[in-house]
Amino acid sequence: MSKVVVWICSAAAAFADTAQPLSPTNIFAPASTPARSIFGLSLFVLAVTGAIFLVVFALLLYAVVKFKNEKNDDGSEPPQVYGSNQVELAWTVIPVLIVVALFMATARVIASVQKTVRPDNAIEVVAIGHQFWWEYRYPALGVVTANELHVPVSDDNHPTPTFIQLLSADTDHSFWVPRLAGKTDLIPNHPNSMWIDPHDTGVYLGQCAQYCGTQHAKMLLRVYVQSQDEFDRWIQEQRQTATVGNAVSQGQRIFEMTACINCHTVAGTVANGRFGPDLTHLMSRDTIAAGAAKNTPENLRQWILNPASIKPGSLMPAMQLSGPELDALTAYLETLR
Amino acid sequence: MSTESVAWPNRAAASPSFVDHLHEWVTTVDHKRLGILYIVYALIFLVIGGIEATVMRIQLIRPHNDFVSPQVFNRMFTMHGTTMIFFVVMPVLFGFANYLIPLMIGARDMAFPRLNAFSFWMTAFGGLLLYFSLVGANGLYGAGNAPDVGWFAYAPLTSQTFSVGHSTDFWTLALLVSGFGSIGTAINIIATVLCMRCPGMTLAKMPLFAWLNLIMAGLVILAVSPLTAAQIMLMVDRYLGGHFFDTQAGGSAVVWMHFFWVFGHPEVYVLVLPAFAFASEIIPVFSRKPIFGYPVMVGATIAIGFISMSVWAHHMFTVGMSSAANTFFVISTMAIAVPTGIKIFNWLATMWGGKIEFKTPMLFCIAFLFQFLIAGLTGVMQAAAPFDWQLGSSYFVVAHFHYVIVGGILFCLFGAFYYWFPKMSGKIYSEPLGKLHFWLFIIGFHLTFDFMHIPGLLGMPRRIYTYEPGRGWDTWNLVVTIGVFFQAAGILVFLGNLIWSYFGGEPAGNDPWDAWTLEWSTNSPPPVYNFYTIPSVRSRRPLWDLKHPDDPDWKYE
Repeated sequence: MSKVVVWICSAAAAFADTAQPLSPTNIFAPASTPARSIFGLSLFVLAVTGAIFLVVFALLLYAVVKFKNEKNDDGSEPPQVYGSNQVELAWTVIPVLIVVALFMATARVIASVQKTVRPDNAIEVVAIGHQFWWEYRYPALGVVTANELHVPVSDDNHPTPTFIQLLSADTDHSFWVPRLAGKTDLIPNHPNSMWIDPHDTGVYLGQCAQYCGTQHAKMLLRVYVQSQDEFDRWIQEQRQTATVGNAVSQGQRIFEMTACINCHTVAGTVANGRFGPDLTHLMSRDTIAAGAAKNTPENLRQWILNPASIKPGSLMPAMQLSGPELDALTAYLETLR
Repeated sequence: MSTESVAWPNRAAASPSFVDHLHEWVTTVDHKRLGILYIVYALIFLVIGGIEATVMRIQLIRPHNDFVSPQVFNRMFTMHGTTMIFFVVMPVLFGFANYLIPLMIGARDMAFPRLNAFSFWMTAFGGLLLYFSLVGANGLYGAGNAPDVGWFAYAPLTSQTFSVGHSTDFWTLALLVSGFGSIGTAINIIATVLCMRCPGMTLAKMPLFAWLNLIMAGLVILAVSPLTAAQIMLMVDRYLGGHFFDTQAGGSAVVWMHFFWVFGHPEVYVLVLPAFAFASEIIPVFSRKPIFGYPVMVGATIAIGFISMSVWAHHMFTVGMSSAANTFFVISTMAIAVPTGIKIFNWLATMWGGKIEFKTPMLFCIAFLFQFLIAGLTGVMQAAAPFDWQLGSSYFVVAHFHYVIVGGILFCLFGAFYYWFPKMSGKIYSEPLGKLHFWLFIIGFHLTFDFMHIPGLLGMPRRIYTYEPGRGWDTWNLVVTIGVFFQAAGILVFLGNLIWSYFGGEPAGNDPWDAWTLEWSTNSPPPVYNFYTIPSVRSRRPLWDLKHPDDPDWKYE
């Protein structure tokens, strides 16, 4: 039995390496312990169900082919068989045993993922789902950001897992980065939590997995797994307030005189809205609009001019700015590093 | 009779006008006519729901497609799900139950004919109400929108804050109204099966069809009632300042989920038990053997009925339940695989040693066995809660439940249509067209729903109107969409076959399949009063006893 498990695990590891290029969101290419535990269980379940499938499929096929009525049949009725208690007992007991085995394997993984205790050095993140973007707060580190979650890589000798508290500001959402962990829902008035411990640096993709309104489809997730040094540096940068030169003061004035500040925060200025993403370090992010577009000056300009052209149904209104105003505002936003 | 018609010479001479016909059908309390009304009504909604599915599949044929807007897409999946569950599958199954149960148990009608008519019209108006949202949801200005909250309408998306206008109200009312109809029909089925059986037909001698529908009706009462309660609570929240599901005021979104799924999962068995009932009648007749293990089949059905009431929260493995709750719903969900497996084995054993005739109804039932096997096994995968943390809310789930509802239930339904069409219409259908329908539909079904599992495994969530390129989902979505057109062609052949055969088919005779249950002993189509004399039976296969007086079943049962 243990040999079989070892064999399955090594085959699984080999498979995981080849599976990743198929898709950046492949559930069979786990890169963090919860996803790996699930992957292990899924292989066991697939093996058992696959075996059942082969046996029953073969029996069905055999019956259909073998007991087909012949063309030159004499029209007599076949022997009338009404049942057999022995046979019924057999195909009741065997499935019960299979179910017990599957259940025990499953219960073990549930306990291992759900009952993990948070170590003291774990990174603590609060993820808040909004229509249709993600807010991330690092309460112990004093950082607030949006849409792009940064976490340190965790190695088995010095694990630094990240524990994520999941809240919602409006409707139900679900946090799903398939290579890191299974999904967990963000439900208003019902705090949830999950944890990840990615073993390799890189960007891990995912998206909202619970229908949350018009733009559910473009509520994308990006998790940046960084080395501890890079992560520390990123935290240091994110803790700074915005510094603005005189050259863009006109853009800043437009930002602060219009409705922008009702929803957005730029730390160190009067802008302290909470409804939309924090923009203090907007230019440190690769994407805008919850991953719907690359963070380029053209996209940023287009987004301010008409958010619906990138993300129809987005709750950000079109700001109705003139061309020069738009240029000045974009120039200001581009200084928020 | 003839002397009375002299008093009304004009009425007797002229064939009844269209208005007379209409009046007869609208005011009918005959179980057979109501059955056919249910079925025709469901077929119309099947086409509508199918068009909605096709719109979604065209939108998803490639990444960043802009065939429809996100708003339209969200309405399409809400309407498709609601329509197919509440206004296609349930009515069509109720239609067959209505038509067949009295005939199979040797009764002249359902127990409560007027309740029967009332239930049908409630269901019918429920469906109309749902679609009236298209014109009425923004007030009666001729401008409306279909609901867009998803078919399970999770709170708080349904609150006034997130769902302005009346589209959600139309959804709520449609389900409330049709729910009353469903409960009425369920009561009627239970009363009919328990009280209206012909002499000699003990519970242990009923056709399995009646048994399965009896359990189904019990489940309808247990499952639809909480749904109805939840709809009333939602209305209270939306209009009377209630806070059941209002999370901003301390209400709970999770309570809605429990209410919905305590309906939603038994509902799956409400839909699948009648499909099992069709298979349990069709497979024996075309294998020329009695159903294998009748008492075990009944027992397994009762077991499914009980266990299905305790599995609902497996729809909620990702909402953050405790590990103890998750573990409980894992074992209860996996347990239901045992009686379901027993059923598959018994159908297999029924074919074993028989002489299988591959007529169209049997082809659909054999395909059902293979497909339901796969649907059951993907269900076991998702019963393993951690695996479901990955699979849940992804396209894998969508593929899984379509495998159940299309690959299982719809295939059995098509079998039932072909099997009982001669009884209902008195005409035989076209066998070549039936086989063409089968092959088109099975190709389309497998193109669509086999390949739909894969994007789910690659991380594609359900209910997204578009997706990013470079995720490895593109090819699979293209194949899935291609399959839809095969299925649509199959449906057209099916409808064409029904209509053409109805008007131009050969007379079927009373018993075209050399079958064994009572409905085949009367005329095709049966007279209003069903039987000239109420039959009496001594075994589960009364017509076998008649045809084989030397070797009757009652000697062995």
